[in-house]
Amino acid sequence: MYLNYKKNLFQCYLKHKYFYGGNKNMLPAVDYLIVPDKGDPYLEGHKCNVCEAIFLGERTVCSKCFARDKMSKVKLSNNGTLYSYSIVYRSFPGIDVPYISALVDLEDGGTVKGNLINVEPDPDNVDFGMKVKVVYGDALGRKDKDGNSYMSYFFEPA
Amino acid sequence: MSDVYVLGVDMIKFGRFPGRTVPNIGAEAALMALDDAGLTIKDMQAMYCGNLGQANAMVGQRILQEIGQTGIPVVNCANACATGATAFREAWMSIKAEMYDVVLAVGVEQMGKGLLGGAGGGDGIPKEGLLGSGTMPCVFAEAGMEHSSKYGTTFEQFAKISVKNHHHSTLNPKAMYQIETPLDDVMNAEMISYPNTKLMCSVNVDGSAAAVLVSEKKAKELGMQRAIKVRASALASDPYTDRDLVMPDVNACTRLAAADAYEQAGLGAEDINLVELHDCFATAEMLHYENLGLCKDGEAGMMIDEGHVELGGKIPVNVSGGLLSKGHPLGATGIANIYEVCSHLRGEAGKRQVDGARIGMTHVIGLGTACAIHILEKS
Repeated sequence: MYLNYKKNLFQCYLKHKYFYGGNKNMLPAVDYLIVPDKGDPYLEGHKCNVCEAIFLGERTVCSKCFARDKMSKVKLSNNGTLYSYSIVYRSFPGIDVPYISALVDLEDGGTVKGNLINVEPDPDNVDFGMKVKVVYGDALGRKDKDGNSYMSYFFEPA
Repeated sequence: MSDVYVLGVDMIKFGRFPGRTVPNIGAEAALMALDDAGLTIKDMQAMYCGNLGQANAMVGQRILQEIGQTGIPVVNCANACATGATAFREAWMSIKAEMYDVVLAVGVEQMGKGLLGGAGGGDGIPKEGLLGSGTMPCVFAEAGMEHSSKYGTTFEQFAKISVKNHHHSTLNPKAMYQIETPLDDVMNAEMISYPNTKLMCSVNVDGSAAAVLVSEKKAKELGMQRAIKVRASALASDPYTDRDLVMPDVNACTRLAAADAYEQAGLGAEDINLVELHDCFATAEMLHYENLGLCKDGEAGMMIDEGHVELGGKIPVNVSGGLLSKGHPLGATGIANIYEVCSHLRGEAGKRQVDGARIGMTHVIGLGTACAIHILEKS
């Protein structure tokens, strides 16, 4: 398990290095991740102007207060706290385990799910409420059927 | 509106039947429920069928093709793991609405082995293991860890739930497994998604269950001795909560359905003698002690530590062995739970009988999210 962890760390390092070479030709792994041609990638929320609920992904109706056409785009914070998590030891074939599946409440609103990296996956090392930051990098080398590279986001201890 | 009664109800012993078809497995339970009611397919005025895996393939009609094509209306339901309970509830509503006096509800599923769920889909690249995990053991682990964060609930407390339900299943001949699993075995089993080990995950099995529901008029006509009154039938979807769209909220949905069920029945949690609830994972059962009002918020760990939820305890939970050991054929589970509670209310539950049971509750959660709760009473 520990060897795997070291391997993951190294992969992450490579990905970061790769990423800082530029965003060109990298597609976002999800539609709420924005990858500008120039500048830093960021997570985007859609905020209801009436009740302030924040959603991931574009929508026209607020499912909290039912207001229509009151959504505006907001740039979500790269700082957050760990709300809940699990350590995944069994996943689908071809997925590297173990890894930490984490739910993070972002400063100024919005909750996102992702992998918590650069922490050895052991409950003793993961604390509820711990400060994390959102980091961006290559989507673990995954490519689509046309060979396109993707950018994704991860969490790491702040 | 007429009261509704369960006149006949049964389930097959859960197992793995790769050589059989879904309709064939469903037909077996349907015939058993008809026999239990002392009726035939010719007496049924409508059929409500729950199945998930072949939701687009007319399973209800194909069951009738095996047991009697009488031309009655058939409705096929799919509602994730609340599928069977939803079919039962549709049947209940049809009698409540005074459309029919005698209807059949069937739940059936044939499952593969292995993990359910998975994050994402659609275009691009797979998201599993990239943006956390959408596997069911992980999603329910995360829900359990939320409880740990709030109340300090431990891995050992979650594991004790699995020990309890596996113990109960040793008393249930219709359970997939009848094997004791001591605490060490549960905690040292393969870790699937912390804190859920393999023995804390429900078993994927094939199975079916069915019920014959009748109006009060019909129940009186046919004899009330073994009839079970449906005191409440509640169904809720997930109300908006702040994290629901990234972390399915099984709590809010259950609390909504429970409040409705208690109100319909004019009862409180203190009136319930046994509960069959949705222990798809050990972490899930913990949450529902509180969601169903069996204890106050924050007391769930105490409920398992003190043995209140064991057979013989204050409020026995999942004396069938639960989804953890009886097995979880998705579309059948909701009606199988109803069978279990009816068996106790009829005093026919054998070695696992809850003494003097008069009122019982069933609960299922389908992620996405649907929660169905029924309250049943001995008549």
